[in-house]
Amino acid sequence: MKQLKAFGAFWYDFIVGDDWHVAALIVAGLALTAILTHAAKVNAWWLLPVVAFAALGWSLHRATSSTRK
Amino acid sequence: MNALPLILTVFIACAVEAVEALTIVLAVGITREWRSTLQGMAAALVALAVITAAIGPAIGYLPLTPLRLVVGALLAIFGLQWLRKAVLRATGYKALHDEASAYLREVAAAEAATRESRRGVGDWYAFTLAFKGVLLEGLEVVFIVITFGDNQKNIGAAVIGAAAAIIVITLAGIAVKAPLTRVPENWMKFAVGVMLTSFGTFWGAEGAGVAWPGNDAALLVLVPVVALVGAAYIFWLRSRKVAGSALRPAKESEAVGS
Repeated sequence: MKQLKAFGAFWYDFIVGDDWHVAALIVAGLALTAILTHAAKVNAWWLLPVVAFAALGWSLHRATSSTRK
Repeated sequence: MNALPLILTVFIACAVEAVEALTIVLAVGITREWRSTLQGMAAALVALAVITAAIGPAIGYLPLTPLRLVVGALLAIFGLQWLRKAVLRATGYKALHDEASAYLREVAAAEAATRESRRGVGDWYAFTLAFKGVLLEGLEVVFIVITFGDNQKNIGAAVIGAAAAIIVITLAGIAVKAPLTRVPENWMKFAVGVMLTSFGTFWGAEGAGVAWPGNDAALLVLVPVVALVGAAYIFWLRSRKVAGSALRPAKESEAVGS
């Protein structure tokens, strides 16, 4: 059980890293892109870069705000 | 896409990982013993070869669109992690990854550990440390080679980039017999973060069904835009830090005055 937990923790750290919000926003951005493209027939190529930049900015803001306190 | 950008991207990404693995191997090899260290390194390389042999061909059989969606998401998340760390380090919010101090930490830990023989290995501590270091850094190399190579249908070019990086760093390590402290690791990490984020965003969106304006040529715009946004965040955090430190004494004097 301990080894299984360590295995899970390793892959979580490897893929998700320090801030899980970034991963969650990218997954949400991809889902929204797919919905817009397939359901609404909008070629939303611009959406994922915007989400990625916003996720990075938000994550940096959170990291530096907690450092400054 | 031309093979050269692919080779260069994989080369830089793998060079960063190789520098980190080299630091661990050198620290353990010099302070403990080379035989067990090299055994640990060899065992890790075998494990990496098995993982690559198992995952690599299997990925080739998957349909391209869902593969791009998943790999794109992973690369974008991975790239943003690298970019985040590089920006935080460039602005002083996170300590720079210093190979010299990492090396000294490893040396101190290696000198303090007791010597123990196990399973035909003379020094189990040296073996496991070298094994873990090479395996963990190597996994990132495998991930980058497989995802970039498979998406561009050019695994050969990705392998050339990775192999060249490992050979160059190993030769440099043998030549200087010390951790490679002069490698501008943070800026390499920033560059790799930009590339991973750009390719991940491009493939992920393609996998989600979008058609990029100009097809592959969109990457020629996306890569510099991601780099500019990263640079803008560095500028923003630096100016915020300067403004914060300028404000603090003023606030303190106000408090004293009142």
